[in-house]
Amino acid sequence: MMEFPGQLIYWIVVVMMMMGFYIVIAQGNFVKKIVGLNVFQVSVFLLYITMGKVNGGTAPILADGIEVFSNPLPHVLILTAIVVGVATTSLGLALVVRINEEYGTIEDDDILEQESDV
Amino acid sequence: MLVTAFAIIRIRNLFSVVILTGLFSLLAAAIYILMDAVDVAFTEAAVGAGVSTVLMLGTLALTTNDEKSTYKNRAVPAAILSIITGAMLIYGTLDMPNYGDAKAPIHQHVAPRYLNQSAQEIGLPNVVTSVLASYRSYDTLGETFVIFTAAMGVLAIIGRGRRRRKKENVEQEAKT
Repeated sequence: MMEFPGQLIYWIVVVMMMMGFYIVIAQGNFVKKIVGLNVFQVSVFLLYITMGKVNGGTAPILADGIEVFSNPLPHVLILTAIVVGVATTSLGLALVVRINEEYGTIEDDDILEQESDV
Repeated sequence: MLVTAFAIIRIRNLFSVVILTGLFSLLAAAIYILMDAVDVAFTEAAVGAGVSTVLMLGTLALTTNDEKSTYKNRAVPAAILSIITGAMLIYGTLDMPNYGDAKAPIHQHVAPRYLNQSAQEIGLPNVVTSVLASYRSYDTLGETFVIFTAAMGVLAIIGRGRRRRKKENVEQEAKT
């Protein structure tokens, strides 16, 4: 079998992160931008979880006869981060709904046009 | 997962995009299980794939379903910017320890203490739970504050707007 470089998984995560980043800056639709933020977020979570993995380890639940565990600390941090991420996502989506009520569109250059007309 | 992320970039129908985001989260949850993070996988599947998909679908129901057009003038600079940033990040990973290496610095500091002592100090078999609820409970307290603030923000943004708009409608109807 081919030997993968040890950092390959980090590179995959970085590619995914950059896809999220690209969505956020290149797309004008606000829902799409929030989806991009989500993709970016999940990539960061994956980065943390990959760092916590130990070869031959199991989930960090203590049981008889198991000696090697993966690192529990990143898991805890990411648990908190996922929930906070959903809170911020819901806030962003509420803003999108409000913008749609005010301007009748959720495309940012339509909004810029309306603003420059005024 | 890469394919899903790429499809999210290309597809213009927002409904498909939102469903693909749910799929993306679910795949992430599967990968977390492979990497021994079972608690994180639970949360991601329930909260990431479930709740945020529902929230986004709700937003789509209140707004529109289709994205308008492509933004050609922004695509190229954005792609260049993200490729440069990605290249710098990959350059940064070159110093990192190999995947799954038990001697990595991250495994040397507090994690062995949690694994060795938590059975006596907390008495729970699941180390993630004891770290979350006991050693780092201030983090969890802060998390609940964040959720509370977000909930208040959502209510302030959507709730008040609705009421004012209703009042305006009533006033207009009264005039006509």
